[in-house]
Amino acid sequence: MNTQSLSQPVSTSLPSVEDHRKMHVVVVGHVDHGKSTFVGRLLNDTDSLPNGKIEQVRKNCAIEGMEFEYAFLLDALIEEQEQNITIDTTRIFFRTKQRAYAIIDAPGHKEFLKNMVTGAASASAALLLIDAKEGVMDQSRRHAFLLSLLGVKQLVVLVNKMDLVDHSESTYQKIVAEYSAFLKTLGLTAVHFIPIAAKHGENVVDRSAKMAWWKGPTVTEALDNFAHEDDLTGLPLRLPVSDIYRFDHRRIIAGRVEAGAIRPGDELIFQPGGRRSTVRTFEDWPGPESRSVVGTGGSASVTLSEQIFVERGQVASHPANQPRVGREFRARIFWLGKEPLVQNKTYRLRLLTQNVDAVIAKIIKVTDASTLESKEAASVPRDSICEVIVRATRNIAYDLHSECPITGRFALEEGGRIHGGGIILDAVSKSEGPSGKVTASERGARAGHPPAVVWFTGLSGSGKSTIAEAVERRLFDAGRNVIRVDGDDLRVSLNRDLGFSAADRAESVRRASAVAGLFAGTGHITLVTLIAPLAADRAKARAALANHTFIEVFVDAPLAVCESRDVKGLYAKARRGEIAEFTGISSPYEAPESPEVHIKTDKTSQEEAVDLVLSAIDKILQGKGEDWEV
Amino acid sequence: MSRNAQNDHLTRLEQTSIHVFREAFANFRSVCMPWSMGKDSNVLIWLARKAFCGKIPFPLLHIDTTYEFPEMYEFREKAKVIHGIDLIVRVNEDAIRRGIGYATHDPVTVTHELKTVPFKAAIDEFKWDALVTGIRRDEDPTRAKERWFSPRSAEGNWDYKDQPPEFWGQFASTAPEGGHVRVQPLLEWTELDIWEYIRRENIPNPTLYFARDGKRFRSLGCHPITHPVDSPASNIDEVIEELKLTKTSERAGRAQDHVGRNSMQELRAKGFM
Repeated sequence: MNTQSLSQPVSTSLPSVEDHRKMHVVVVGHVDHGKSTFVGRLLNDTDSLPNGKIEQVRKNCAIEGMEFEYAFLLDALIEEQEQNITIDTTRIFFRTKQRAYAIIDAPGHKEFLKNMVTGAASASAALLLIDAKEGVMDQSRRHAFLLSLLGVKQLVVLVNKMDLVDHSESTYQKIVAEYSAFLKTLGLTAVHFIPIAAKHGENVVDRSAKMAWWKGPTVTEALDNFAHEDDLTGLPLRLPVSDIYRFDHRRIIAGRVEAGAIRPGDELIFQPGGRRSTVRTFEDWPGPESRSVVGTGGSASVTLSEQIFVERGQVASHPANQPRVGREFRARIFWLGKEPLVQNKTYRLRLLTQNVDAVIAKIIKVTDASTLESKEAASVPRDSICEVIVRATRNIAYDLHSECPITGRFALEEGGRIHGGGIILDAVSKSEGPSGKVTASERGARAGHPPAVVWFTGLSGSGKSTIAEAVERRLFDAGRNVIRVDGDDLRVSLNRDLGFSAADRAESVRRASAVAGLFAGTGHITLVTLIAPLAADRAKARAALANHTFIEVFVDAPLAVCESRDVKGLYAKARRGEIAEFTGISSPYEAPESPEVHIKTDKTSQEEAVDLVLSAIDKILQGKGEDWEV
Repeated sequence: MSRNAQNDHLTRLEQTSIHVFREAFANFRSVCMPWSMGKDSNVLIWLARKAFCGKIPFPLLHIDTTYEFPEMYEFREKAKVIHGIDLIVRVNEDAIRRGIGYATHDPVTVTHELKTVPFKAAIDEFKWDALVTGIRRDEDPTRAKERWFSPRSAEGNWDYKDQPPEFWGQFASTAPEGGHVRVQPLLEWTELDIWEYIRRENIPNPTLYFARDGKRFRSLGCHPITHPVDSPASNIDEVIEELKLTKTSERAGRAQDHVGRNSMQELRAKGFM
């Protein structure tokens, strides 16, 4: 993939005078290297403290007989903010002349890594403190490793406590040399190494007279020079599908542009699957005009010129610059789960809107985030970093992290909870194809959608077949594998030997469900239309088809209406006694108690009925229903 | 302002909120949006309509304490029509029969009985697994720790000590057994952002926010415990100018927050938003 620009800059309307938008900053570093003192001093020197706060803390210190420290200021603020609740993602705000900032995850609490990950992932910049006297320590390295994984690019290292080393430039230079070399192995570069003495406010906001040798910026000057974040609009288009909306006549593909930009008229390819279509319109509300381009970070509502099958999880791109499609890759993972990450175990992999089962096929090595030493292991403990081979159960669309970071990273989930994240280093070429018997999920992958059985039940003449035929047409036109199993057809073929007795009806339902199971097994959305009047028989059908998603559609028309229609003249015959045990006349119909779709034909138009069924099927196809991987 | 201007602050907030809405709708079986008729709530409605191309595809819930300002009821009926809202209204009739009210009970009790209790009952009744709320990090310290998607147990409790990590746009997409997930699209917005956005988009709001006789409401709740602030700001431009200068907190006029030191914490632990 190259990174040739596909679009013009989206906007030139950046605020000119003052940038109101808060920049998110994380403050990290080894314990006792002065994070709290630094934040306290920063708040004080930028005049960001509430009135009287500092006097109050000074007074409390005097009462307790302690020397005032800026770190207390932070503690006092946190305590007040938190009202005795243990700290989690807390934000502390400060403001320079240039703009407002939020420090995410005030330092100094338990569970630091988990919260640091949450904070750093949304931060535009990181400040990492190193004690000039103590030098580079374990967490100095560990935190930088995490920052590199999380993609925080704007890093400033603060060499703190310079007052304890006589403001020595050579001590400073030694740390710069050592730590730069370490950062380089991570592929990170610090924008600046700023020598400071946070306790005395030297080079925080105000320049230090004691370090005249320092010609670089102060901390706030460095911050003010940061950009908010990388503008990814110049990268190739990546539009993951979040949903398909069919609230009215429109069929809208919804998603956020994660990289690049999209315009009406663009040809798109949806991966995995590879189907193509062209952007017809953007459906922006409230209108009347829609945007002429949607750039990175923008939410798009796209209608297509050709109705192709699209589902949540697919990534739309321009055909010339597509993501990779595959199911096996090498990744570097940080693991935050209480339980260790285990080889050969299946986790849920979430990459943009894709959500698939994935096996950790191999743990290649576990890396000590501090020493960068690696060793082999079969499991990865909490707060560790490792390199693994991930094998998804079906194809996904992705990029290498080095090519497009936003599509090159993923989260791992277990039990509905995110336990880790990773970046994709490279694809694993698959020399051997799959072996053994063809599985349902392979068939599903080829079809591009999971199979399902949709069972229409209702009285004769209620409109089951008519609705099913319309549903079949819509699905077929949308490119899906669909087939209809009609009770009347079966009656003259497979069920020719059966009559209308209770036993024969049960057998007819059994046979129809067997046929439906075979079709669903080939990956088809199978529409069955069969009166199936008895609840017990329908329950058996559902149980027999337990491997598939089962949607019961109750076509609920009043008997009088069915009888008045009497397309096939059956009701008349039944009334004349020419057909025995006719459902509704001389044989009971047990209405379903909780069908997935309930169509009241006297209140619902045929068109609405079709939409109801389609939206129930759509939910399954978009992965909202049962997991379809067998 | 150009509709293509995507890099300005408000548009970024808006687009992120839309993304949060859409992810919630795609991930959860049954979504509902409580609606207080206040400014944040009304911004949420606007954002939902943007997210879903004009139509809000889930119901809104108004927990009517029966102590709303009369103008709010009028506003409710008007807004219902303007936005095509599918509205569920719930009142804790039982508590009212028992005589719970501001004349006889303290605000924390009344808030609990008339808001939290019917709110939980509605959740039990409709079995929503996601609730969209309008809370913002800047409103209150206990709200600062919130996440975009915040799981709540079946009892409505918030395990703030062990929250799931949230990064790279991946949210907690599964509600705990019997519980639900709070979805909070306005988390990163400030009070000033809300008003600037209302101005930019011309979003309908109750006029109680604008000064009459030198007083206006900055935050709206039950009328016996919601007090106006001294302010000459009688239109949206003046409100925005005032907010740029103010040093007092937005909820200062909401009595139930200030009964005890930890009253907001107590309310929220019991399921208040």
